[in-house]
Amino acid sequence: MIRALLTLPFALAITPALAAGPELGAVQQQATNWPAIGMFLFFVLLTLGITYRAAKGTKSAADFYAAGGGISAGTNALAIAGDYMSAASFLGISGLVYTSGFDGLIYSTGFLVGWPIVLFLIAERLRNLGKFTFADVASFRLDQTAIRIISATGTLVVVAFYLIAQMVGAGKLIQLLFGLPYLYAVIIVGVLMIVYVAFGGMKATTWVQVIKACLLLGGASFMAGAVLYKFGFNPEKLFESAVAVHPKGDAIMAPGGLVANPIEAISLGVGLMFGTAGLPHILMRFFTVSDAQAARKSVFYATGLIGYFYILTFIIGFGGIALLMSDPKHFKLGAGGAFDKLKDMIGGTNMVAVNLADAVGGSYFLGFISAVAFATILAVVAGLTLAGASAVSHDLYAQVIARGRTTEAAEVRLSKISAVVIGIVAIALGYIFENQNVAFMVGLAFAVAASCNFPVLAMSILWRGTTTWGALAGGLVGLVAAFVMVVLSKAVWVTTLGHPAALFPYDNPALFSMPLAFATIWIVSSLDRSRRAQRERAAFEAQYVRSETGIGASAAHAH
Amino acid sequence: MVASDYSRLDAARALTTGSEVCQSSDMTYETVAWNQVFQDLVSERTRFSWILTGLMLVVYFGFIGLIAFDKSLLAVKIGTTSSLGLVLGVGVIVFAFILTGLYVARANSRYDALSAELKRSLGQ
Repeated sequence: MIRALLTLPFALAITPALAAGPELGAVQQQATNWPAIGMFLFFVLLTLGITYRAAKGTKSAADFYAAGGGISAGTNALAIAGDYMSAASFLGISGLVYTSGFDGLIYSTGFLVGWPIVLFLIAERLRNLGKFTFADVASFRLDQTAIRIISATGTLVVVAFYLIAQMVGAGKLIQLLFGLPYLYAVIIVGVLMIVYVAFGGMKATTWVQVIKACLLLGGASFMAGAVLYKFGFNPEKLFESAVAVHPKGDAIMAPGGLVANPIEAISLGVGLMFGTAGLPHILMRFFTVSDAQAARKSVFYATGLIGYFYILTFIIGFGGIALLMSDPKHFKLGAGGAFDKLKDMIGGTNMVAVNLADAVGGSYFLGFISAVAFATILAVVAGLTLAGASAVSHDLYAQVIARGRTTEAAEVRLSKISAVVIGIVAIALGYIFENQNVAFMVGLAFAVAASCNFPVLAMSILWRGTTTWGALAGGLVGLVAAFVMVVLSKAVWVTTLGHPAALFPYDNPALFSMPLAFATIWIVSSLDRSRRAQRERAAFEAQYVRSETGIGASAAHAH
Repeated sequence: MVASDYSRLDAARALTTGSEVCQSSDMTYETVAWNQVFQDLVSERTRFSWILTGLMLVVYFGFIGLIAFDKSLLAVKIGTTSSLGLVLGVGVIVFAFILTGLYVARANSRYDALSAELKRSLGQ
């Protein structure tokens, strides 16, 4: 059930076998875990101190949205990696490796391979063209109103679904790890993220993310190191002993039933790969560095950090098999001390990493990993909130409603108000969705990012012929197609809404919805004979020069 | 709502991002676009990025294709326990990182030098 809630994206969507874990909403509140709470409080105090300092230095819009453009490539890489290494990927993927072995690796690779694409096609051009949001880039030579509306809509949809999944996951996780009631946990997360974003803006959000990334990478490195140490640093020995105790035996070393259907496998890959290039909270990070060189280096370092992290997660999953499976103390025992190695782990299989922390490092390390998991959720939701608030204030308010007739101060003030509103809405939604299946939501967020944000962004930068009508129509088609296909798929139509059969046969829509969006942009733009379309095509040259060279790009606002 | 309001939109642009852009680059973009160094830089870099993008797509979807169509090949043992699939999966991760490294190395040396040369030739 926790798996469902922690939303390892798509996992549930892919196979009913995986979904058939313990029921939702049956999380047992654990005894209050004081070491974990103590370490978490220390993290909160540290980050609040950083927020206080950041708030004093946050004066202009550039400070608020882009940390003044003064973040270094290395710091930005840690922040990007931090945004990407959510609790879902840490606990979810290690849990998936624990139950299915090799299949966990399919997700790790899928999540990583989007980054080279971001680097080769998007990152430098984004930095050269944009200011605060990716809508700045998409609307560079196109109609401000139309493109900002579609970009902001894409952003808010992605943020909303991602945020709900994270909030519900946070509530359940904290109930388990800290022994706090669900609602308290959701409120704590909501209030802290409001404080980080509204007071500290991008600067605080970045540093919270950096600290968490270091803690998470450090904790995971220690755990993977401890596992390998027990097997004499010989991975082969680790695998041997995992195969010996796993109920599926040697099958865990090869692809299993996770991706049964070829179309499903490819569609999942497309969604993971291109969704990465359309996540608004990640794209925003490219505006926090001084120039295209720094943007480029940050993706390189971030790819290394994320790849390293996924390899650690894989080792942790196998360590879980080898070290936990034969020890009944990690399981809920049935009659006569019998237990199912795959289903009866205390807290569910998403707790593999947490239980392993206890096994290799004792209760204080368990507390540390629990605190890091909480910090991870907190940092990710703060980044999402900032992306959502920027879409509201910088795109919808400043450009669409006020038509550019606003002041920086008013825009930033509205952004802070939006952050508070988004935080309150997130708490409310987290509460409402407590007992709902939200596993499909991260998948939906990735599908929308790949089918709406990414096509609009890529086509406006890379293809001269793109016009406002084309981008608007394509973005809308991609958004609606991804949404409708997910709703009609098994995960929502059957599992959540209770209909007998799914109307859309696949759980991952990206293979269909993304090409549909690109095709619509291409067809509508080609048919667009308006005078505005001609002006927009003519304006490509100027955009092209700037996107390729950065000549004329807004300089860093370092202090 | 979309097509109308052009004058208002121009007013909006004059106040925000758009105008800084147009003013600073409108005067020079044609000069830049016709500059030989610019053309070299862009054609080289564009080609290189698309080649790397293609490589990444082939490798990743090749891996996914094997999972979808030839599971038994991935189950082949290459060590006592570890399988070919395992090595290929980790290989995809390492490959992605190496590709980004190749791009960055080339961009840091070759493309940054060309960019600097371009800026010099434009007198900036």
